[in-house]
Amino acid sequence: MLDNQELRLRPPRNRVETRAIGWWTLQSSLFALPLPITFGVLWLFITPARFVFGPLFLVALVPGLLFMGIMPVWRYRVHRWEMTDEAVYAASGWLWQRWRVVPLSRVQTVDMLRGPLQQLFGLSGITATSASSAGAVKIKGLDHRTATELVEKLTRATQAVPGDAT
Amino acid sequence: MTPDSAVRPADQTETDEWGRLNPRLFLVNLSVVATPLATFAATTVLTGGEINLQVLITCASFLITCLVIAGISVMRLITTRYRITDDRVELHKGRFFRSERSIPVDRIRSVDLTANPLHRVFGLTSLKIATGDQATSGGGLSLDGLSVHDAEELRRRLSELRHARQGLATADPDDDATLARLDWAWLRYAPLTLWGVGGVFIAVGSVYRTLHEMKVDPLELGVVKDLEERFGSLPLWYGILLTLAVIVVIGVAGSTATFIEGWGGYHLDRPETGLLRVRRGLLITRSVSIEEQRLRGAEVAEPLLLRWAGGARLKAVASGLGDEDENSSRSRLTPPVPRALAQSIAADVLGERVSPTTEAQLAPHPRAALRRRLNRALIWSVLIAAPLVGLGLWLTPVLVHTGWITAVVLFCAGAAFAFDAYRSLGHAVHGPYLVTRSGTFTRRTAALQRDGIIGWTITRSAFQRRAGLLTLGAATAAGSGVYKVRDVAVSDGLALAEDAVPGLLAPFVERAPARH
Repeated sequence: MLDNQELRLRPPRNRVETRAIGWWTLQSSLFALPLPITFGVLWLFITPARFVFGPLFLVALVPGLLFMGIMPVWRYRVHRWEMTDEAVYAASGWLWQRWRVVPLSRVQTVDMLRGPLQQLFGLSGITATSASSAGAVKIKGLDHRTATELVEKLTRATQAVPGDAT
Repeated sequence: MTPDSAVRPADQTETDEWGRLNPRLFLVNLSVVATPLATFAATTVLTGGEINLQVLITCASFLITCLVIAGISVMRLITTRYRITDDRVELHKGRFFRSERSIPVDRIRSVDLTANPLHRVFGLTSLKIATGDQATSGGGLSLDGLSVHDAEELRRRLSELRHARQGLATADPDDDATLARLDWAWLRYAPLTLWGVGGVFIAVGSVYRTLHEMKVDPLELGVVKDLEERFGSLPLWYGILLTLAVIVVIGVAGSTATFIEGWGGYHLDRPETGLLRVRRGLLITRSVSIEEQRLRGAEVAEPLLLRWAGGARLKAVASGLGDEDENSSRSRLTPPVPRALAQSIAADVLGERVSPTTEAQLAPHPRAALRRRLNRALIWSVLIAAPLVGLGLWLTPVLVHTGWITAVVLFCAGAAFAFDAYRSLGHAVHGPYLVTRSGTFTRRTAALQRDGIIGWTITRSAFQRRAGLLTLGAATAAGSGVYKVRDVAVSDGLALAEDAVPGLLAPFVERAPARH
């Protein structure tokens, strides 16, 4: 190893689908919006208490909108994946970011998951688990076709390796 | 690999005899019913013979539940049978829901015997066979209520079969394979495992809840009233000190009792080649066997008080010990013992001359890691003091002073912990092991075999990214699943990963000219 060089983690090669931004926005709105909507409705109908619900509405709405505006785009910039002949490599997260590498020889099961919201956007998620309880690689926000191909490739690669992968 | 199928081959020789559970189990089952009867009697005495409908209903439903449980257990006793053939263990049970299970001998990872006090009174024990499947709890099989003799015999036969199939030599029974035995001098460490104090709260809470359910208000009991009268007139600080003292005393007594119960008769040995066995427990006897093939390292844990007293505990890092809860109790190799002894047992267990947890030269982590820990101390002390100051500004200046003094005191204590936590941090690649150490409240030094690492997880929070740090997690099938090297400099962390498992992370790492 050369001493005058710094090592850096290279981001995985493939981005997830742009549609994933829409999916994450919708998903975050389910958490962020119900509270301000409740306050808004109360503000509309309980006129004497408007001085309370007005500020509450704003206090609940602004952070929620910020979250919905920032998180999906940030995630899109971080979430990436890559599969080589030896390993799967994926990055995820936004404030807390996570990079995972699992050698194909250690992958035990490959699952594909499409939640109702993901289906709405035509997206799929893949989980490749290893024998470690903490070692699963999750790739979310892939196109259906890409996901299916990836699952096939992963399954083929893991079958090629004998042993119980522990 | 042979599949773990429920259907046994038809051409199996039918000469093997079916074994059954011991009939004495019937008595154990009967005794379950004794609990509600005893509770009922106790309530009658406590309330002075006045039984209201509520108590009656509670006790009756309790009794019925216990009767049903006893009935189910009796059914199990009647319908369960097992046998060992040349290559597998078979267990049939149930009448209405019939289950037939068969496990190839090759897949067996461990055979454990556990006996609770009730079982021991009747000379019974439970045998549990675990297989390699970590994910599914239904992976193994268990036989509850064998006579001790049958269970020992069964275990001996299984181990012989396994050894014959794997071509290993059975150990000479005269050979003394003891690695460690209980020394009652270790009892001095027992009070230093903090959770005794927590145990007091749990005990008090559950007693209060039970009494409350039985419509007895504990605060109205004579004993409590008496205490209240005697101490009610004392100043508050005295009362608080007294309560604290009482809690500490009960906590110490509790942890000592837990130690005696959990570790009485402790014996760590190697009964046969390639197998570690821990036997312990005074009332509930436990016996855990760990195949050395499944052993991936060792972890030395030093809770704060224990560390100050120079003690440590040793845990095995092994796969196939069950889920997280089971793993944490079954992986224990020693009670709290002197640190040097823990290290030497670690060396014996791993088959090394000196334990990698002592010998490795741990590299310190960058100063930024210390800054993170100091910041955390600062944030916590401010967060705790802020409500006091806020209330003080609103109500009275006394609280403001209390607030900032609290903050200063907390920060000083926190800073001391931060420095300690920073000094604890360290990592190294030492021979076939990756060694990592961290933590202040419980300092853990883990040595993980490098070929047991089955992936890397790198996490970076926003703060870590700004400080140029990362947390490197070595994923493994053994122990807690991931062993972390916390807050290491990016370049050092990636180099460490490359050193530990050459070639795995390398394709995803790029080199950039140094910035300085």
